[in-house]
Amino acid sequence: MTTYVTQFGSLDSYDKGGIEIINDDPKHFVFSNIFEVANGAKPYEKVAVAKNTKYVIEAVRTEGTSGWRSCAHDEFVTVLDGEVKVELVKLDTPAVPADKEGSVALTGEPVGQPMGHLVLRRGHQGLLPANSAYRFVADRPGVLFQQTIQGDDTIERWAEICLS
Amino acid sequence: MTITDVQSTPPNEQGYRAFILGGFHFRRDEFFVHISWPTGKHVASIDAFLRALQRDVAWDFFYGTVNFDHVFGTVNHYGTVDMFAGRFNDAYRRAELDHTENFETPVIRETFKAMLADWTNASFDPFASPAETAKPFGNKDGDNLEAVTRRRISASRMVGVPSDEQIRTDESGFPVNRMFADVPQDEPEVHANPGFESEVAAFNLFAYLSRSDVTWNPSVVSVCKDSLYCPTTEEYILPIVHGNDRVEWFLQLSDEIIWDVQDRDTGAPRAKVTMKAGDVAAMPADIRHQGYSPKRSMLLVWENGDPALPERISKGLENVYPVEF
Repeated sequence: MTTYVTQFGSLDSYDKGGIEIINDDPKHFVFSNIFEVANGAKPYEKVAVAKNTKYVIEAVRTEGTSGWRSCAHDEFVTVLDGEVKVELVKLDTPAVPADKEGSVALTGEPVGQPMGHLVLRRGHQGLLPANSAYRFVADRPGVLFQQTIQGDDTIERWAEICLS
Repeated sequence: MTITDVQSTPPNEQGYRAFILGGFHFRRDEFFVHISWPTGKHVASIDAFLRALQRDVAWDFFYGTVNFDHVFGTVNHYGTVDMFAGRFNDAYRRAELDHTENFETPVIRETFKAMLADWTNASFDPFASPAETAKPFGNKDGDNLEAVTRRRISASRMVGVPSDEQIRTDESGFPVNRMFADVPQDEPEVHANPGFESEVAAFNLFAYLSRSDVTWNPSVVSVCKDSLYCPTTEEYILPIVHGNDRVEWFLQLSDEIIWDVQDRDTGAPRAKVTMKAGDVAAMPADIRHQGYSPKRSMLLVWENGDPALPERISKGLENVYPVEF
């Protein structure tokens, strides 16, 4: 009986695919690798690895404690490597206007009621509820990706991260 | 429309009904589907046809074009559906043998559902990996309505949130797939203070996917306005060739898929894209693609469900490529 081994990636070990062009431009496929992007990123930089009009998926290197952020709509994080604690606070007053899309950095400590926290490891997906404040804590370097809308702190460095 | 409105014939010698929709006529025998239309006819393996038909029905004609093969397929106009033969085949177009008819979505939906139900025998599951189901060939032998009418999972916020779609377990009928036996099943730690149980939520996406009983069937697990995470597990070959009417993104979560990318309208080869765990790639809005997964793999299909996108792209208001750099 065959024993199957599921291949996941990590910051320390990943195998990148590629594009064989027949009649096209490799730039059209905007091809990158999240682990490679996170290896070249500073902790908690929000580097876009996918973009569809205003929507983005951001690759985030988790390492140490992030600043507090908030967003007027739901966001979601999925961990690909490492372990991250997500602390959540229900803000007494929303920090972001209802029509503002994407997350914003908060100044200082959030004022509100502690909602609880998540501990996420590889493959776990967590909800960052609208109008909460959240921050990440990771004891060692890891990687997550975030489903959100392009915000003021979304970094686009396509030419650096994509095959061309 | 009810099933009694579907135009069909009494069973043939092999026990299968034939179906008529507009100028198209469909019949099956032990091994093949035979399709005819006013300017031509086509024959294809019933195995490939039922797998494609299952996706088209379950996805309610999906985003854009669902090519069953190089001749036959559908184009979704979100309210109506084009059914075509040879429309996206350069030779058929040049010979002026291509044929397209437009139908109200409920009309084609009910005909396709009736055909899928009648032509799928008891031991065949069109959604399953070929290694996990019996063959579809032979004379009519019962039906498999439970398999062909599976409910499509679509979270409204996120899987695992109270009152939303729930995680898969042995008890709910979703054992871990044989190719994902090594995928950890640990659940995240969720520490919700009283009153915040519906807001503090998480689930193990990889464990959830490891328990999927279908292949090549994206289903929504989280929603950020029109941004839809539609992960799926893939094994063997995508049974359709998907023609995009908007940009679509793939994030390979595990293992490997090889994508054949062709021009959407002519089928001319453009590229082969090999994706491994952690790779991210766009499928532009002017291509068609078909994937090959040597081992069961986890793929995050990321869709933008904005209903205005196809028209904006066709008018040139949105680029067919997602990023310029």
